[in-house]
Order: sequence, then structure tokens, then C-alpha cells
Amino acid sequence: MSSPASPEEVAFGRSGSHWDAVPLDDAARRSTSAVGPWTETSGAATASSAYAIASSGLTKQFRSGQLAVDGVDLAVPAGCVYGFLGPNGSGKTTTIRMLLGLITPTSGSHAMLGFPMPGGLADALPRVGSLVEGPAFHPHLSGAENLARLDAADRTADRRTVDERIDAALDRVGLLAAADKHYRAYSLGMKQRLAIATSLLRRRELVILDEPTNGLDPQGTREVRALIRKIAADGTTVFVSSHLLAEVEQVCTHVGVMATGKLVFQGTLEQLRGGQPGRVLIRTPQPELAAKILGGLGLAGVQESGNEVSAELGDMRPEEVCERLVLGGVPVAGLETPRRSLEDEFVHLTGEGFDVG
Amino acid sequence: MSASPVVPALRDRPAGRQPAPVSAVPSWLRFFTSELRLVFYRPRNIALLGVLAFIPLAIGVLFKLTVNNAAAGAPPFFNQVAGNGVFLSLAVLVLMLSLFLPLAICVVAGDAVAGEASHGTLRGLLTVPAGRTRLLAVKFSAVVVFALAACILVVGVALLVGVILFPVGQVTLLSGTTVPLADGLFRVLIVALYASVGMAAIGAVALAASTLTVHPVGAIAAALVFVLASEIADAVPQLSAMHPFLVSHFWLSWDGLFRTPVDLSGVEHGLLSFVLYIVIFVAIAWARLTSADITS
Repeated sequence: MSSPASPEEVAFGRSGSHWDAVPLDDAARRSTSAVGPWTETSGAATASSAYAIASSGLTKQFRSGQLAVDGVDLAVPAGCVYGFLGPNGSGKTTTIRMLLGLITPTSGSHAMLGFPMPGGLADALPRVGSLVEGPAFHPHLSGAENLARLDAADRTADRRTVDERIDAALDRVGLLAAADKHYRAYSLGMKQRLAIATSLLRRRELVILDEPTNGLDPQGTREVRALIRKIAADGTTVFVSSHLLAEVEQVCTHVGVMATGKLVFQGTLEQLRGGQPGRVLIRTPQPELAAKILGGLGLAGVQESGNEVSAELGDMRPEEVCERLVLGGVPVAGLETPRRSLEDEFVHLTGEGFDVG
Repeated sequence: MSASPVVPALRDRPAGRQPAPVSAVPSWLRFFTSELRLVFYRPRNIALLGVLAFIPLAIGVLFKLTVNNAAAGAPPFFNQVAGNGVFLSLAVLVLMLSLFLPLAICVVAGDAVAGEASHGTLRGLLTVPAGRTRLLAVKFSAVVVFALAACILVVGVALLVGVILFPVGQVTLLSGTTVPLADGLFRVLIVALYASVGMAAIGAVALAASTLTVHPVGAIAAALVFVLASEIADAVPQLSAMHPFLVSHFWLSWDGLFRTPVDLSGVEHGLLSFVLYIVIFVAIAWARLTSADITS
């Protein structure tokens, strides 16, 4: 990264031209601070700017001694939809709280949108929309008033456009008709959608949604998925956590899987699917004969149950297996190559159900 | 890195898409206004102010009904009320500074941070990002405004009731000399401002308590216990050595304003005490809030 700043780095806001638009005093303040920590960190910042979120060894041990997050190295490519998966209690929310600066990590470091944390919080967070651990608003204020409250707290928000921006955000989540209703009168789905609306108050580069479908009915879950697609379609990176793989696998391009505080898998959805031994399953009235032939073909893990026989495919193509079986006199009623489902892979990674030991 | 994949989200960022350059003061005012709306439109706080306004009215009416029974042991200013309604404001303030005003301030200040934490709105504000120091500044400023509003409301209602129910005229000071009505009213206004600084000191204590818990009731109770313990200790002569350090010790030390010549020593000591309390407890609140893990 010793090369001169590429166009995207300049536009990204570390250095150079865009500060020209900033009023003089502000610009002066920035340039003095540029002599400070930024000069040392700018290399690292641009190096990781291909990642919306990058962390290294992020760890949180609570005062109780509980190791909630243990050495998590996140790499969330910019522009992707990243599914952050893991069972309840696996450290997803604690990780998200650390990313957003709500919790100080015990060790490790991270950067968001290229800004190293925690120093870059004030610069990064206005570009990040977030929903952490369920919706939380003032019950005696309306949905629109709650959004106005959050916008007023944002020192970089433009007060002149606040009304339009609130209406637009509420419209996008389908709450415009309920804008003036008290928050306490909202249904759970409406509350969840209002929380998503806060992240849409401004154009964001990254949206972090922690369990956005929690407690929603299937209809609400579909709506949230559609919203995530819409947000991602604008070029915004979406980081969405869930304990249910099925809820996010349809929208994600990348996946990270947490189990007991550790990131046990990170990669694309295809990578999560891949790397598993494919199996072949044959339905036949003569399972013993089929099993014998499969064994003769050198296939491993031959299993027989009822009138079904299965085995690991290995390098063999399924049509070849079928041909051999038919030539061997096995009446093949059906042949499948069931792929291990993502759900299986997920459970395999995160462990079976509750540890009640 | 030069061969790194094209990243649309970071690439298609026009230079003008930086967070709008809004200068610090208007953005702070906007946040502060929002906080004031939150405090003053909140039904519970409106009810609190309603009670604060009702008590002077009730006391005034009670005085009017029992005006002939002037008692020798009455607190300062009570026996002057029948002669001049202006004194009702001072008599009411003496009564209310012992409990009702501190209670109202403790409720609002104790709720300031803990209430946001218990609603979960604190994490929303901090991820905006509101800035932890900035949030605390806005919260404490709103507490100060509430303290001022509460004291002005009490004194204002008491003045109004006093004017309606009792004769009003030149103000006879405690030392026997007489000053014009306007002069007397000015001194009452000074007392109201002084009392609000005293209440702001309590507000700082309650705000510090508010940063230590996610249960607003706990913070409110802790701050009230602090006030009551201070008042009890202040009433025990054996503890006189610690009296000047008690938060409540100087709340009523403004009677020097109603003497000739004006004796400012009580007010000066009081202001010093209040400012020290504010500095110490706002610092505690700041140290706590800027370092705390927000897990609510």
C-alpha cells in the first residue's frame, strides 16, 4: 500500500479533495488531526477498505470471567450481504456491540469502512446504520418522533431535510401510515421495521442488523428479507445476524458462523455448501444386491435401510453408478444425490442443539 | 493491492456524500432541544411539574384560612406573609426545598441515563453516534433547565397566589428596613436562581447515580437517600464539622439577601458548594459513561 492513493481511496474520505467542501474551520481541524493518529493509521485504513468490516483477534471476556467472544477475525467484503450465524448465546450480539463501540474489546482490533476503531467511531458510525438486539424506542413517542430524536442526536445530519428523510425511511419499511402512532401501540413486526427504518434515515455504506427477524411471523420475515435485498441493491453492505440459517441463506452472499464465541467458518455461501462428501441414494426392491454392487464398485460408507441403499459417491459420477446397478440386474426405482443441506452443515459447525450437560 | 477486486460500495462514492458539514453549535442545540422536548413532554414529568405548581397554591390557601394564628415557632418568612403576599414565595420555597423540589430533580436526573438504558434507547443514541461526552453534556444541561423551570414555577405560582390572596406592597426586610416592591421581587428572583443551582447540584448527584445502573428507580432512590441523609446529618448538631460539606447545607442560606446591608456570604458559600458538587459528580458520571460497556 505504498502506492499513491487510488481513486476509490480518495473518494473514501481519508485524504484529499472532498474536504474542500468542508468549511474552513472544520477543514483546519481535520488537517491538524491528520498529522496525528491518522497519518500512522491511514495505511492500514486503506489496506482494509476493501472490507466494510475487518477485525483481528476480537475478544471479549466479561468481568464475570465468561469468554463471550474469542479471537474473532471477521472479513466482511464491501458490497456483500454477510450472514452472521450462530445459535443464541454464541457471541453474535457481543461481537456486534464491539464493532459498534458499545463494548470495549478485551483484546483485538477492528476497523469499519476502513476507519480503525475506536478512534474512528465518530467518522464511521454516521455511515453505518444499525439495529442491535431488538428494537428499542421511547414508548410515549410516535414512530416519527422516535426517528426525529435519533436524527437530532446525529451531529452530521442535516436538520433541513429531516422530515423528508423520516418519511422516506418510514415509507421504505411500510410504516408511513403509522408514523404518528405511539410506539407502544406498534405490533412486534412494526417495532422491528421501525428499528430498520433508523438505519435508513440516511444513505449508509454499511447496515448492521442484529436478529432483524426475531419474533416475526413468516410474513414479517419475508418483508425483512425483501428489505435487506433492497438495501443491498443500493450498494450498501449488509451485515445481518441470525440464529436461523434458513432466514438469511436466501439473501446472503457471504456467511460467518459463530459457535461458543469462536468464528468457526467464514466464506461464501458456496464454500459453506462445498467440501462435503456427496452421497448417492438408491431406492430398489433388491437392496442387498444393490449394496453388494456398490461395495464392489469401491464406494465407501454403504448403508442399507428398508428398500434404500446409500453410499458415498467419491469420484464416481451418479449416472455411472446407475448404469452399473442396472447392468448388475438391480431394478432401480429411484436414484438421488442428496446434498447435505446447509442446515446440516450449520448444525454440524455449531453443535447439536442445547448443551444440557 | 492494485489488483484488488472492484468494490462497488466504496468505489461509487461521490465526493459530496460525506456527512453534511454541520457546525458544532447548531447540531448541539438541535440535540439539546430534542432532549428538552423529551423531558418536558413526558407525561410523568408534566405531572411532576403540576404537583410542584399545585403545592404553592394549596399552601397559600391554607395560609389565608389560618392567617390569624401566626405562630411564634414558624419557619422564616411565614409570619410576614399576611402582611405582604410577596413573602409567600419565600415561605413556599423554604418548605419545598426540603423535599418536593429535590424529589422532582432526582426523578428527572436519575432517569436521564438509566431510563435510556432500561428502554434500550441508549445503545441507539450511542450508535448514531451521539458521542458519550456530548450525550452527557446534553443530559446534564436538560437537568439544569428542569431545575431552573421547577424553581421558577414554584416561586412564580407562589408569587401569583400571594398577590391574589394577600396585600402586596413595599417589602419590609428581615432587618426592618423597607425596599420598593420591584427591589423585593428582584431579590426573590435571585433566590429562585440560587435555589435552581442548588437543585442542579442534586441533579448532578442523581445523574451520576443514573450512569451506574440500568434501573432508573434505583438511581432515583439512591439520589434521594443521598439528599435525605444529608438533611438528617445537617440537623444533628454533633456532626457540625461536616455540615459545610453537605449538599443540603446551603439550600436556605439566602436569607442574607433580605437584610440591610445585603449579606452575600451565605450565598457565596452556597454557590461554591453547589459548583463543587456539580464538578465532582458530573466528573463521576463522565468517567463512568465514557468507559462503561453498554450491554443493555
